Amino acid sequence: MASVYSIHDKLQKHSIKLLAGILAAISVGGIVEIAPLFLIENTIEKVDGMRPYTPLELAGRNIYVREGCYLCHSQQIRPLRDEVERYGPYSLAAESMYDHPFQWGSKRTGPDLARVGGKYSDAWQARHLADPRSLVPESVMPAYSFLAATPLDGARMADDLTALRRTGVPYTEAQIAAAGADFAAQASPDGAADGFAGRWPTAAARDFDGNPAQLTEMDALVAYLQMLGTLVVFPKIIPDANFNR
Amino acid sequence: MTSTTAAGDPGPVYRDDVVRWFMIAAVFWALVGMLVGVVIAAQLAFPLLNLDLPWTSFGRLRPVHTSAVIFAFGGSMLIGTSFYVVQRTCRTRLFGGAAADFVFWGYQFFIVLAALSYVLGASQSREYAEPEWYLDIWLAIVWVTYLVVFLGTLITRREPHIYISNWYYLAFIVTIAVLHIVNNLAVPVSIFGTKSYSLFGGVQDAMTQWWYGHNAVGFFLTAGFLAMMYYFIPKQAERPIWSYRLSIISFWSLIFVYIWAGPHHLHYTALPDWVQMLGMSFSIILWMPSWASMVNGIMTVSGRWDRLRTDPVLRFLVVAAAFYGMSTFEGPLMSIRAVNGLSHYTDWTIGHVHSGALGWVAFICFGALYHVVPRLWGRQAIYSGGAIRLHFWLCTVGIVLYITSMWASGIMQGLMWRAHDSLGFLQYSFVETVAAMHPYYAIRALGGLVFLSGTALMAWNLWMTITAGTPAAAGAGPQPRLQPAG
Repeated sequence: MASVYSIHDKLQKHSIKLLAGILAAISVGGIVEIAPLFLIENTIEKVDGMRPYTPLELAGRNIYVREGCYLCHSQQIRPLRDEVERYGPYSLAAESMYDHPFQWGSKRTGPDLARVGGKYSDAWQARHLADPRSLVPESVMPAYSFLAATPLDGARMADDLTALRRTGVPYTEAQIAAAGADFAAQASPDGAADGFAGRWPTAAARDFDGNPAQLTEMDALVAYLQMLGTLVVFPKIIPDANFNR
Repeated sequence: MTSTTAAGDPGPVYRDDVVRWFMIAAVFWALVGMLVGVVIAAQLAFPLLNLDLPWTSFGRLRPVHTSAVIFAFGGSMLIGTSFYVVQRTCRTRLFGGAAADFVFWGYQFFIVLAALSYVLGASQSREYAEPEWYLDIWLAIVWVTYLVVFLGTLITRREPHIYISNWYYLAFIVTIAVLHIVNNLAVPVSIFGTKSYSLFGGVQDAMTQWWYGHNAVGFFLTAGFLAMMYYFIPKQAERPIWSYRLSIISFWSLIFVYIWAGPHHLHYTALPDWVQMLGMSFSIILWMPSWASMVNGIMTVSGRWDRLRTDPVLRFLVVAAAFYGMSTFEGPLMSIRAVNGLSHYTDWTIGHVHSGALGWVAFICFGALYHVVPRLWGRQAIYSGGAIRLHFWLCTVGIVLYITSMWASGIMQGLMWRAHDSLGFLQYSFVETVAAMHPYYAIRALGGLVFLSGTALMAWNLWMTITAGTPAAAGAGPQPRLQPAG
């Protein structure tokens, strides 16, 4: 019987065979764990309501990525009692299907943000980002006051949508063609301009940062935060009805 | 370019200049990376230190810290010692001539540009793989060149056997190449811009990232440093490795099993349960090959235990192996879903990482540096033995402060999150748990500062060794002596 030692004895005298043995050993686990995720259909649930990010939300998401928010905030609610009570229904795979890259995070120095959308007002979010301790004295979050002072231009957002479409995100031709206009329209104080509501029926359009005169990074980031976790509609549970059964 | 001639006549002339550059770079990056670590630890205790500027906020500096300590300090040590070890255990000169110079300058260039890019706001947000696509391509070129130099040296060796350390170095180089390329597949927005979007999304992206992320631990921070352990402990203890057969078993099982362990970073997430279970099972199995390596390293000192008292360099190396054993016991424990439900997202993970990073990785590097610097610069010994002893105790105290405070804060925060009062409501708001962390964050920052001061003492000691150390007599002292591999 060829023992592991006699096999190894051949490998340890031949560099290329050793290299081939290492490659074989490290390939198995990755192939078994990753490849089926692309092939097994029920890996991602079928849900209603998911749509790709609007140009403005995507720009906000890119700011979230740039500032490293994921280092202190997760976006993944686990199916544990306390988390569902604290943050809302546990996260579904479908809810991050258009996330390139994913933002599940690995550390909660601050709270989970998977369903932060709509929990606070726009004004609260903008003020909290600019000066967290003015609203939450115990917070250890850095202040991001520069966001409200940094104007943002969406002229190149069509390129971003095109790149995302290459990764498989189903942006339509119309959404890409109007990306620049929709970017500005969503942050307009008068609500959506022509066509925006048609291309983005479930997206909210308003001035997000409390400064209608200028479209800033704060607009984009607040627009992103306010839609997090709001796309999939979960059935309402009526507590009394359940308790008495 | 100077080279060390080995005693013994037709012996090869080793290329030690490039090793010397890597050692200097490693010490420099250790100081930078640990300093940034102390700064961001202090920011968590005292948030005003974020300065309200884009470039100095925790979110941008944290990748500077992790990249500087893992890839700049750890990476320079790994590449440098691999060049040192492979020449001596193969009794041949480094393959590829100027290619090794390219590996040095190309790698340092990558590190500087990566650190600058984080501060300026270009990041893929993939932990330990933050550099954007253009830097990823550059690193891939440098890394493949490194593989060619290392493999070429192995192929041109003048020893019949490939020594244990070189199996580990080879597994580290090859696997990191595979992980780096697959995990960084992305679509750039424009070839003139820094921004890209990862090719995979959601669940698949998470799995690919943590397949990478955990094996950055497995192959960068474990396999590569085990290669150092298998060379420097036998050398410093002047004993052969305890069990050759155990090294064979633990090598193949370690590299086969490690690659499966990634999903334990994604317990209770939207990743399918079957993958989580596979990840947990293999993480627990991983305990055995890890401890086999630890036992092999520590038992190599058998018969020389007295030297732990008299030789502080050996003490660094052996305590490193002991910390390796401790972290690789804690890791499988934390990969159990029920435990992970408590530990995940808390500082317990941070404490676990640092018991490995400070206790294992940094200590084995310190031991290796004290071993190679006199040999590389032709000095009789390290300038100050007392400073090595002080360094050891400073760093040990620093680690203890760090990991105990993180255990306390992590377990406490996990318990506070899930605490319910007598009426069944959540007992604590999130921000109450943040406030409770404050004293532990302050202790952690202090622990990091003490550890950094130990590293600074080492930097001074190595500098004095190089500039003011007693030259070694020809053919005597700790100069390289040619011996058969092992």
